[in-house]
Amino acid sequence: MSMKEKAHIMDKNGMQRTLARMAHEILEKNKGTRDLVIVGVRTRGAHLAERLAQTIEKIDGHKPPVGILDITLYRDDLSSIAQQPVVHKTEIDFDIQDKKVILVDDVLYTGRTVRAALDEIIDFGRPQFIQLAVFIDRGHRELPIRADYVGKNIPTSPKETVEVRLEESEGKDEVVVLESND
Amino acid sequence: MTKNTAWTKKDLLGLKELTREELELLLNTAESFKEVISREVKKVPTLRGKTVVNLFYEPSTRTRVSFEIAAKRLSADVINIATESSSVRKGETLIDTGKNIEALKVDIIVMRHNCSGAALMLAKNLRASVINAGDGWHEHPTQALLDMFTLKERLGRIEGLKVSIVGDIAHSRVARSNIWGLTKLGAQVTICAPALLIPPGIEKTGVRVTSDIDEALADADAVNVLRMQFERDAENAFPRQLEYFKNFGITTERLKGAKKNILVMHPGPINRGIEISSEVADGSNSVILEQVTNGIAVRMSCLFLVSGANENIKKVGRLTSLPVNRLKRP
Repeated sequence: MSMKEKAHIMDKNGMQRTLARMAHEILEKNKGTRDLVIVGVRTRGAHLAERLAQTIEKIDGHKPPVGILDITLYRDDLSSIAQQPVVHKTEIDFDIQDKKVILVDDVLYTGRTVRAALDEIIDFGRPQFIQLAVFIDRGHRELPIRADYVGKNIPTSPKETVEVRLEESEGKDEVVVLESND
Repeated sequence: MTKNTAWTKKDLLGLKELTREELELLLNTAESFKEVISREVKKVPTLRGKTVVNLFYEPSTRTRVSFEIAAKRLSADVINIATESSSVRKGETLIDTGKNIEALKVDIIVMRHNCSGAALMLAKNLRASVINAGDGWHEHPTQALLDMFTLKERLGRIEGLKVSIVGDIAHSRVARSNIWGLTKLGAQVTICAPALLIPPGIEKTGVRVTSDIDEALADADAVNVLRMQFERDAENAFPRQLEYFKNFGITTERLKGAKKNILVMHPGPINRGIEISSEVADGSNSVILEQVTNGIAVRMSCLFLVSGANENIKKVGRLTSLPVNRLKRP
């Protein structure tokens, strides 16, 4: 299935401003960084989590701990994906008991990734609460899940794909909408 | 490791038929499972709804328990069949037993058998996945994988390492699997044993052969000490044990001629005072108990990968795990 670029949604500056706004919202809603931890879903969610933590540090002077979640082992479609995904490590080297967890991912779509991530976080302990921060919400939920912080809402059709590209993984910061040719 | 390496085999029968990339995939995946088993909740839902049967035709506690824990950590259901108390006693053939287990809708059979090739035969006849937990003198792939995992974790690599395997090489499936796996990943393997316990032609696998224990230890990064099984010849066991310990036993004295931080490994159960002294087994060079822990991670990796591959094979609707030429092997 080949994809062609349909729309360019955001560039580097736009993404920085959006992250700054999300960081402010997180601090406002949680009244600071007390008990705050940030956990990103591998791979891009983890990069975004690190950036959010750095942005929060610039505003508040305190950097919340950052963890990485690999949800491969918690997926509900392991038997239906053509190739097995490579399993990576989950890296949460702090106690999440009674913490305020901000779960971060790049694109919120069906909600199944978030479902898997919630299950995995709860296996690590009992947080005070979990809030969800996504950079893009593209709709089409298949589970009753919503985000607490959204970078940008992009209404899409199921034939389209939203890609959040990051310097850390793709070498360039941008958000694009792709459409399949067939 | 290339990113696109995928596991495509429904079975894990031995390390001889695996590629370097497949070995690396197994070991890398095991690293992630090592993280899982050190969590507060040591369980992931990955194999929920799958059933694993441990079918053991030879007595084994540690391997069976390790597989059982590995499967349970992945949320699979596990059933143990000890053949002494099953219909095998009534003369049922291996394939019939396998087909009956499969008819119970079992997904993975972990088998230990005293005949070399038993796992291959079962795998050819079943759609369920088969993991070889030791077949005769042939292979014990998960033991070798956990040995390699331990080496990699401790020393950071396998490529270029010098690993000596000491003991009854001729009757050891652990040695064979280690030789295949280690040489494929670029380690230099030396085997050391009394001349009678060196299988003829073994040097064709690319290993160095010696009967001089001090030579085998001299430049080794790790020594894998095999269990000596004198119980097979109980009558003469005691004097031969003393003689073996004197000539091949790994002792503090002997390790003085080796690298200071040489890793001492043993697949267990250890015979203190026969192939290894207590001082060494419990000493700072020993990683014997780490091997046991790593065994769970490695077996979780094997169960996860064969299970996923088999699901994909069933989807495509054919048995693809066995290349045709393998079936003709003499």
